[in-house]
Amino acid sequence: MSTVKLTIDGKVAEVSSELTVLQAARSIGIDIPALCYDETLEIFGACRMCIVEIEGSNKLQTSCSTLVKNGMIVHTETDRIKSTRKDIVQMLLDSHPNDCLTCQKSGECLLQDYAYRYDANFRNHHGAMRPQLMDTSSPYILRDNSKCILCGKCVLTCYQVSDRQVLSFSERGYDTKVVFGADQTIEESPCVSCNRCVAVCPVGALVDKRQLGKIRNWDGNTTVVMCKACEYGCEFEVYSRNKENIAVTAKAPSNGRPLCLKGRLATELKYLENPDKPYIKINERFEETTWDKALGITELIEKINRLEKDNKEEEE
Amino acid sequence: MMTKERMDSIKEVLKPKIVEKLIGEDKVELRGDEVVLKGEYYKKQVRIALKNCDIVDPTNIEEYIAFDGYYALYDSLTKKKPGDIVEEIKNSLLRGRGGAGFPTGRKWDEAYRYQADKKYIICNADEGDPGAFMDRSILEKDPHSVLEGMALGGYAIGSDQGYIYVRAEYPMAVKRLEIAIKQAREYGLLGENIFGTGFNFDIELRLGSGAFVCGEGTALMESIEGRRGMPRPKIHRTAHVGLWGKPTIINNVETLANVPVIINKGYEWFRGIGTEESPGTKVFALVGKVENAGLVEVPMGMTLREIIFDIGGGAQDGKEYKAVQTGGPSGGCIPADLIDTPVDFESLGKIWSIMGSGGMVVMDENTCMVDIAKFFLDFSVEESCGKCVPCREGTKRMYEILDRITKGEGVEGDIERLEELSETVSSASLCGLGQTAPNPVITTLKYYRHEYEDHIHNKSCPAKSCKPLIKYFIEDTCIGCTRCAKACPVSCISGKVKELHVIDQSMCIKCGACYDVCPVKPIKAVSII
Ligand SMILES: Cc1cc2nc3c(=O)[nH]c(=O)nc-3n(C[C@H](O)[C@H](O)[C@H](O)COP(=O)(O)O)c2cc1C
Ligand code: SF4
Ligand code: SF4
Ligand code: SF4
Repeated sequence: MSTVKLTIDGKVAEVSSELTVLQAARSIGIDIPALCYDETLEIFGACRMCIVEIEGSNKLQTSCSTLVKNGMIVHTETDRIKSTRKDIVQMLLDSHPNDCLTCQKSGECLLQDYAYRYDANFRNHHGAMRPQLMDTSSPYILRDNSKCILCGKCVLTCYQVSDRQVLSFSERGYDTKVVFGADQTIEESPCVSCNRCVAVCPVGALVDKRQLGKIRNWDGNTTVVMCKACEYGCEFEVYSRNKENIAVTAKAPSNGRPLCLKGRLATELKYLENPDKPYIKINERFEETTWDKALGITELIEKINRLEKDNKEEEE
Repeated sequence: MMTKERMDSIKEVLKPKIVEKLIGEDKVELRGDEVVLKGEYYKKQVRIALKNCDIVDPTNIEEYIAFDGYYALYDSLTKKKPGDIVEEIKNSLLRGRGGAGFPTGRKWDEAYRYQADKKYIICNADEGDPGAFMDRSILEKDPHSVLEGMALGGYAIGSDQGYIYVRAEYPMAVKRLEIAIKQAREYGLLGENIFGTGFNFDIELRLGSGAFVCGEGTALMESIEGRRGMPRPKIHRTAHVGLWGKPTIINNVETLANVPVIINKGYEWFRGIGTEESPGTKVFALVGKVENAGLVEVPMGMTLREIIFDIGGGAQDGKEYKAVQTGGPSGGCIPADLIDTPVDFESLGKIWSIMGSGGMVVMDENTCMVDIAKFFLDFSVEESCGKCVPCREGTKRMYEILDRITKGEGVEGDIERLEELSETVSSASLCGLGQTAPNPVITTLKYYRHEYEDHIHNKSCPAKSCKPLIKYFIEDTCIGCTRCAKACPVSCISGKVKELHVIDQSMCIKCGACYDVCPVKPIKAVSII
């Protein structure tokens, strides 16, 4: 592995030749915006926000999918780039509901961030908007298709776990959408509610329903905790306000950690004073259940109880 | 196993028979020692990719052999090294005929030099441009030329596996290819140990689902791999990392059909045809409002005038020629005063159009340029794969603006909005579809801006084609024949026999029936204003 030297916005970076321009820039603290790039996912190249100018070419190039080269001179925030990014954000906003006030993702939404950064705003128009399709079938995930920006992250992250692969794109052109299973509801689909997709969705299209309406990102504190349910040790965030824990959400999966519902519920049970009732999917239906069943520890508890009872009897 | 002797004897026996039969049917003539199709339409044409079309029987491999088929493969396998083939194609300056015009030899060289345990060669037969049928004709009428071109490519880059990605909507092409592959295997021209040289090469068909974007190289590979046909970002060249992560060459049907001929006749011969930077010929599908529509193959550098007027016979029905769209739905509209532009990659690029895959749509005086831009853009909107933001969202907004303008609802600022959107969509889209989708809008705005302005500011359509902007009106020259009143489907024309008729504008649906039937000459009494 060789290193190369390149200049990004006047700063020199010496990085591995296998990095992309975006990775090189971020490694020296230059934040190139991107909606679909995620270091744990396959490079998708859909949002086009990460465009940069590279001297010697008058084309805009996406930094997520351009490898660094020795001597490259890269500019990441020229007027041309800024105006193109503004246009891209504007295009997304023109199809997006003006709903930031009550959106669960407000404050941690990338679209919001970039709208602010490039000064784009909602506006009235008579053209098409993304259809309002809301999937409320799951007690764990709320899906609002009208907010989806089709970054593909959810599809790619779900695809990474070979026995899940629930999400895919369907239709084409402006009608393109992400679907669960064979365009089913979350409940009917084979989705296991691991919330990988929720954790990577940059906007309010997929949100954790158990956090909904309780607390938003900026409205309290978050602590990262590690799940103890299995050896993977996935990470969750515990949201709290005034020292009271309010919600547990999945952090984006990394290093092969898969995330699962059981682990999340176990973490909820551990950290929350009054967690919502648990549900499990039985025959494509979500049904309310007991914590021991949800965590799959009914037999264990029974055994523990029996052993303890036996112990007591022996002691007596 | 096939041998040179067997090919020679097939040729010796069969060729004279075929020629005799075709001359008897008055279909062909001899040009030098070449057998060419006869007739005015073919006089100015030079056929390389189409050279066997309508001459050999595509279902009989022996007829292809009789016309020098598989000789290039024989010579290459027995006398030349893979590097020699790469050099020959490089020297020929053959450029891809699938749209982008990338030098084929350079691409092959990349794959040739890249070490890998497996390499692939793909023939792109997904031809999806509306109105295009160049590739289909080659596949249906001369499938072996493509198979031989692929085998040569396979030998050159070191691949033993080829795929032909052909659209399922071409059942005849699929059938002819199946027959051709079967026969080539039977004759030992595909499969193991070809000509006893130890070279193995086989070809499989893959049927495309019909999405236009699957013709884009990387989307096509995704599709072969069983995924949704969406273009990939190009981090690595497909010549290094392509199908299933292996070095892959993808070439268009017509490009591949050129290869055996170049190998047979040499690069110098090829370079003698066409222009310096774009040697050889190009097949065009001449369609639209042109007198003689059809496939033409002409040397690069021939002017639009020669193609449209000398071969195509000019605009239909004696109407005035107005413009031509080259390069398919994402090409540019070229106005009549640029009719003497030579047709090659560079010259078309200079006037904001593209060669594309060879679509040529002729337009006459009744074509509204705003409407035509909308028509082509609609195709891109429908065919966008929806992956990237500028193409998915931007083309839709552009279409909405054009739609508004053609309905007489255009507003101040629409032209500027179109220009801005065009810039963003073409500079920021992921694949060629989005990058070129605004071309029809850009070129019509450049050459016919006044038509846009007329629609927006004066609510009028100069070509008198946009229905919401025109009115049918009966002039004083009306002879009162009553034909229009009878033809009108909504009965909004009144008038007595031999008296002036009147159209009730509030009811008129602008179907044009009255105009069509009015017998008054030389100028109809029904006018369009
Ligand atoms: C949207 C889109 C559709 C395309 N469709 C085709 C096609 O149908 N046939 C084709 O040969 N090339 C098509 N291309 C071009 C291919 O990407 C690729 O450049 C070509 O197959 C390379 O072969 P060539 O170098 O021989 O031209 C298309 C490109 C784009 C962007
Ligand atoms: S919750 Fe998990 S299984 Fe369900 S769609 Fe999201 S990533 Fe896939
Ligand atoms: S749901 Fe979210 S993660 Fe999935 S494509 Fe839409 S915006 Fe991206
Ligand atoms: S430019 Fe259009 S067709 Fe190409 S990847 Fe983007 S959305 Fe898909």
